[in-house]
Amino acid sequence: MKLSKTFKIFLINIGVTLAAILASFIVGAFFILLVDVNPITVYWKLFEGIALNPYGLAQTLFKATPLIMTGLGIALGFKANIFNIGAEGQMVVGGFACAWLGFTFAGLPAFLMVPLCILGAFLGGVLWAAVPAILKVKTGAHEVITTIMMNFIALALTNYLVTYFFHLPETVHTQLTSQTAFLPRLDQYISAFKGSPANVTLFLAVALCVAFWWLIWKTPYGYEIRAIGLNPSAAETGGIHIKRTVLMTFLISGGLSGLAATNFIMGYKHYFEEGFSQGVGFMGIAVALVGQNNPFGIIFAALLFGALSHGTLVINALVPKDIIQILQALVILFVISANLLIKKYIARLNEDRS
Amino acid sequence: MNEFLQIFTLALLSTTVRISVPYILVALGATVSELGGVVNIGLEGLILIGAFCSVLGNYYTGNPWLGVLCAVAGGMFFAWIHAVVCIKFRANQIISGLAINIMAIGVTKFFLKYFFHSSSNSGRISGLPKWNIPFLSGTPVLGDITSSPLILLTILLVFAVFYAVYKTPFGLRLRAVGENPEAADTLGVNVYKMRYAGVLISGALAALGGVWLAYDQHQFTDGMSGGRGYIALTAMIFGKWNPALAALAALFFGFAEAIQIQLQTIGVDLPVQFIQMIPYVLTIVVLAGSLSKSTAPSADGVPYEKE
Repeated sequence: MKLSKTFKIFLINIGVTLAAILASFIVGAFFILLVDVNPITVYWKLFEGIALNPYGLAQTLFKATPLIMTGLGIALGFKANIFNIGAEGQMVVGGFACAWLGFTFAGLPAFLMVPLCILGAFLGGVLWAAVPAILKVKTGAHEVITTIMMNFIALALTNYLVTYFFHLPETVHTQLTSQTAFLPRLDQYISAFKGSPANVTLFLAVALCVAFWWLIWKTPYGYEIRAIGLNPSAAETGGIHIKRTVLMTFLISGGLSGLAATNFIMGYKHYFEEGFSQGVGFMGIAVALVGQNNPFGIIFAALLFGALSHGTLVINALVPKDIIQILQALVILFVISANLLIKKYIARLNEDRS
Repeated sequence: MNEFLQIFTLALLSTTVRISVPYILVALGATVSELGGVVNIGLEGLILIGAFCSVLGNYYTGNPWLGVLCAVAGGMFFAWIHAVVCIKFRANQIISGLAINIMAIGVTKFFLKYFFHSSSNSGRISGLPKWNIPFLSGTPVLGDITSSPLILLTILLVFAVFYAVYKTPFGLRLRAVGENPEAADTLGVNVYKMRYAGVLISGALAALGGVWLAYDQHQFTDGMSGGRGYIALTAMIFGKWNPALAALAALFFGFAEAIQIQLQTIGVDLPVQFIQMIPYVLTIVVLAGSLSKSTAPSADGVPYEKE
């Protein structure tokens, strides 16, 4: 049987990624054995709690929703060689902007309020990406460090705003947004999801995946991004304004991470509180990576990490729930290490050709 | 004005030293790793591992020095994982570092529950015994410094790392593989070995920073690294990848934090959040300036592939 080269690469990508995930679970099993628990019991319980009951599925969707958005943002950056580690901060600022608009302009009707809050989340993320983006383009300051710094500044700044100006008495969160900014939960339509805060921002996330695919593969702008990602100097010779494209891409990347806040703010708690982002910005890096910067791969990876994230509650009675974080870290380490095998395989394929 | 003078007390100096010790140790580690060409943002996690291992070792053997040993071993083990992923598998060093941080939070909490049946803190431990140095003990500040073996060790390490990096063949080779690995390789330097050495040393130093935190509080608490690994990285950038200057920058960040604590104790209500931002904002300013570009090792963060 003769397979085309692209299909071979596709298969090896999926095969190696799945093998890396399997390896993580095997190493994770050793940790479980160390605390005298049977790993098979734990893994079965995990599978049962996530895949075999509708509430688990709904929770997985809920946790996957913001991961898809930060994953897309980070992947968009990766496509143009931008290393946006700042998704966490961009999401926090986006979330604050979203909630602030929601309770400040409380009189607006829903058809104006919903787009306003979504736009606010997006622009909050854009604003927070703007500093590292402009510095990268203007002075060449490397975005890895500047975005990490912006994360800390975002936390400190929103903490300041909430503590000094916006907290509801006796609480550590802001007041609720107007009801017109509430987005419906999925359990209104699917009764089996009852109790889960999974909400319609999931559809926004999926729509963004389609938009991402279209943007990258069907527009001149996407062509420019891909050209820069493959070979910046050739792209420049080819007449692409590198700086302008990088700046735009970085800002949109930040905006996508900002949008990730809508899941919590508009679909779940309806207020801003410190720590609501729960590391989704960092986990988005893993999602982009495991999803190979492909929008449909990202959905798969977000479901995997979302499922694991929900799994903490499922297995907590059996084994310290932190095993999940260990598993997530192992998946990242194995997947990035396995990438070398994929690269070598592709190199060999190319050699066979020539 | 009166308040301004009130904060400059001997207590301020003592607090500065106490806060700066972990920053200095970890900043030294960050510098050694990056001079060899491997970016290690996993230091945050390695501090946590060091703190936890020191408490575990100390708690079960009753010997604080064995605790220090356990911390160094644990820190080096997790640094080794980072090294294998970055050097052998040539993976992205930033992502590997982030994974090490996630792993460290998970591993320490996981075993905290197993060994101490708590999700927040370990059992109490004793710190290192205080040393009695004639004439100095009892004097303010200087007495505090000389009675603490870990502070003395930290000062010693600043000089030792500086000397090792600039005055020994080891340091020359380390800087060579961070600056131009191809050339170093041609001259017979084992690039991989030197890079492993840099990362492992950084693991040991970060773990010592963790020991300081744990022994200072006489216990391990969940997430006790509290962003110090990142502050140490900013101290490294601020110090232009020179171990001595990085240590000075760490001392400066410790000083800023000590001032904030002092202001709070005398009742000045200054938003803590703005003082917390100082190192981060300064780092962005420094990176934005033209100063920093030429000072990072040329092959910093670039995996090396032997032909």
